Amino acid sequence: MAILEVRNLHKSFGKHEVLKGISFSLEKGNVLSIIGSSGSGKTTLLRCITFLETATSGKILVDGDAIFDGESTVKPNAKMRREKQLNFGLVFQQFNLFPQYNVLNNVTLAPRLRAKEREDYKQNKKQILAEIDAKARTLLEKMGLSDKLDFYPCQLSGGQQQRVSIARAMALEPKILFFDEPTSALDPELTGEILKVIRELADEHMTMVIVTHEMTFAKEVSDYIVFMDGGVIAEEGAAKELIEHPKTERLQAFLSKISD
Amino acid sequence: MQDFFQNLSQQFETFFTQFPVVFQSLNVGFLQTLKLFCTTLLGALPLGLVISFGSMSKMKVVNKITRLFVWIVRGSPLMLQLLIIYYFPGLVWHKPIWGGGEDGRFLAATVSFIINYACYFSEIFRGGIQSIPIGQYEAGQVLGLTKTQTFFRVVLLQVIKRIVPPMSNEIITLVKDTSLARIIALQEIIWAGQAFMKGSHGISGAIWPMFFTMVYYLFASGILTVLLGRLEKKLDFFKV
Ligand SMILES: Nc1ncnc2c1ncn2[C@@H]1O[C@H](COP(=O)(O)OP(=O)(O)OP(=O)(O)O)[C@@H](O)[C@H]1O
Ligand SMILES: [Mg+2]
Repeated sequence: MAILEVRNLHKSFGKHEVLKGISFSLEKGNVLSIIGSSGSGKTTLLRCITFLETATSGKILVDGDAIFDGESTVKPNAKMRREKQLNFGLVFQQFNLFPQYNVLNNVTLAPRLRAKEREDYKQNKKQILAEIDAKARTLLEKMGLSDKLDFYPCQLSGGQQQRVSIARAMALEPKILFFDEPTSALDPELTGEILKVIRELADEHMTMVIVTHEMTFAKEVSDYIVFMDGGVIAEEGAAKELIEHPKTERLQAFLSKISD
Repeated sequence: MQDFFQNLSQQFETFFTQFPVVFQSLNVGFLQTLKLFCTTLLGALPLGLVISFGSMSKMKVVNKITRLFVWIVRGSPLMLQLLIIYYFPGLVWHKPIWGGGEDGRFLAATVSFIINYACYFSEIFRGGIQSIPIGQYEAGQVLGLTKTQTFFRVVLLQVIKRIVPPMSNEIITLVKDTSLARIIALQEIIWAGQAFMKGSHGISGAIWPMFFTMVYYLFASGILTVLLGRLEKKLDFFKV
């Protein structure tokens, strides 16, 4: 069964329909890249799936459970939405780190607050917090940031900040990790370090959805690519095949424009 | 020449006999000034936060009414508000709700100052809250934080950092603005100093106590400047 399935998703802002029926599915451990020109609705799609926007209609299933159903008349309350949200991690284009926390605390904040809701929190507080701390350190080590634990975001380069934000998203062990153009706010010489980290995550079979303009990277890291154009999926297919042998004219035009 | 020195020594003598009386009286006045300053801060900070939420409310009615209120209060002189709040109940309803004497005047002054300063604070709070990038709220949300957690754990300190400089200005202005309560004869320090010009404790026509009140203001605003400056420094460890 697919870990994520999106069925006929629509989203309008007022009269402007941005998503015009998006459907795709993603297998556990796979990497899906979303490409497409500016304004085609890639960010909106990610935001709808991760509940930062509410889709107008359609269905989103995680492990077969509908976490969003446009038909449903039941309005999910804040707590339900929060539970569903935790299926997903999201890495923002602009990092959005918390400036007043150091690197370690940026990563541990959410897990610590979440642990407070555990029934055994009072009894095992010390142990729980120690585990959270140890896990954050491991994650940050993996991101190559062991020597930056007590640095504040303003003391880090863009690439380092983005790596912290990846660790922060991973700390809650999301089933699926979403990236919205994780390198486009970075200087070209810093994009490499982020792509390397994502590549490593892919090797560990982290399930990921990546919006990116880096075609070479998308081709090599992802299993599957969807090409969005004007709010619909104009073409989709296995990564290498899609990039090397685009079938539709729209994708051909897009790829040739990008490679200039 | 001799006359001059004799005159001077006489003046010194009167100064030294007057000083303890004036000092005592100004201290009492300054205590009232400080009391008004503290109660205004204590009341206006929380009320200002409430008003700022009102002015950011998504409910149109609440939003419009709050903003109208803030505009009226900020757009008219505090002195006028003091006069209205103090005299209106007695003159119009024939019910002096403030009670008589110094306590009544203090209560009326406190209420006027709290309302006035809460409106100024609310605009600073609103500016501070609205200047926090939406991405901070969204990051909190996708990490499964509740709205309350996001506000207190993520947003609040950033807001505080942003509002410390404008709040410092307002707070130091407040020290000096308390003197406006003189208009309803609150016995704060200016009132106490002025009494020696008109005649009080057997001293009249003395101007130097007025200058001396200035020392108190400079002392108070000096201390506040240092303390608020330290707070600002303390928050220097991060950038927003
Ligand atoms: N909150 C919003 N209100 C109104 N319109 C919006 C909103 N968010 C996005 N849009 C519109 O939706 C369309 C798609 O935007 P979106 O950000 O999803 O595109 P994108 O594919 O991510 O583009 P880019 O590559 O530039 O990031 C755009 O025309 C945009 O103006
Ligand atoms: Mg986008």
